[in-house]
Amino acid sequence: MNRRFLLAFLLVALVVAGGVSYLASSSPDGLDTVALHGCTENGEQLAGTCIAQNAGEHATAASPLADYALFGGQGTGGLAGIIGVLVTVVIAGGLFWTLRRRTPAGSASRSVRDE
Amino acid sequence: MRTAYSAMHMSDGLVNAPTSLVFGAIAIAGLAVCLVRARADLDERTAPMAGLVTAFVFAVQMVNFPILPGASGHLLGGALVAILVGPWVGAVCLAIVLAVQALLFADGGLTALGTNITNMALIGVFAGYGVAVALRAVARRSRGGLVATAFVAAFVNTVVASLGFVLEYAVGGSGGASLGAVFGLMVGLHALIGIGEGVITAATVGAVAAVRPDLVYLLRGSRPVLVRRAAPAAGGAA
Repeated sequence: MNRRFLLAFLLVALVVAGGVSYLASSSPDGLDTVALHGCTENGEQLAGTCIAQNAGEHATAASPLADYALFGGQGTGGLAGIIGVLVTVVIAGGLFWTLRRRTPAGSASRSVRDE
Repeated sequence: MRTAYSAMHMSDGLVNAPTSLVFGAIAIAGLAVCLVRARADLDERTAPMAGLVTAFVFAVQMVNFPILPGASGHLLGGALVAILVGPWVGAVCLAIVLAVQALLFADGGLTALGTNITNMALIGVFAGYGVAVALRAVARRSRGGLVATAFVAAFVNTVVASLGFVLEYAVGGSGGASLGAVFGLMVGLHALIGIGEGVITAATVGAVAAVRPDLVYLLRGSRPVLVRRAAPAAGGAA
């Protein structure tokens, strides 16, 4: 039961990152909209005065997954998202599994604490 | 050179270096506390759940939804993780998402990681959790109560997390817009994003509670009123 639930949860995450993400709005998000307030995007340049003009080039812009694309390839967002989900679940799952309290041998592992 | 600006989280350079350092220190200290406290909430049942919640937040953050013509929003996830896995584990979940995005996906600056973690993983999670705890009696009464609690907690976490950026801009913003404009725009836009955040959070928490209410942190310790099949054993003996 637990395994089936967890697999279903993982599947949902993979479908969202690998498929639904193609439906995402490409408009700037809330913070971006504020940062760009006062500027117009003129091709690659920002004209006017806005916060975003202070933004630096990203230090990991050369990453093969930069900007949610695989090696910058068009239409690879879903693949990049799937890789991201798998990387995230391994890092987070590994960390949390390492940190977990070990239940003493013999005690019921399914008991619910109610502190 | 690529100068077009597109990111989901704060980029490098929006606040000055001392401000980045201060909020980097706040993020590290806050996460250290969360890591210590998280242990008590992690066992062999909840640890895999927390790993998947992290991956789920990463996935859903990719899906920007439109809020106004030319503007979008995406899930932050503070209330979502706090309700499902608790605030201590939840803050670590979001910090992992933000670190993966910054390091691998060039989303959110490296020097801005401290401010992004402070805003979304610390302020957002604990604001959402505070609301969820305040409404816990409602959440435990019925599935509808839980879903409504999730919506309100998520709305509040979005708006309060956006105030984190306003604070950082006030402390050491690099300029380009007045503080008043930043405040008004951030709160206004994030009130709209908060509705989307509320819908996603309510749907997710409702779906988990429908099949595994025992995995919902906020419902821990409550009698299994949401588990219809697991009727309490009848009988007054013992």
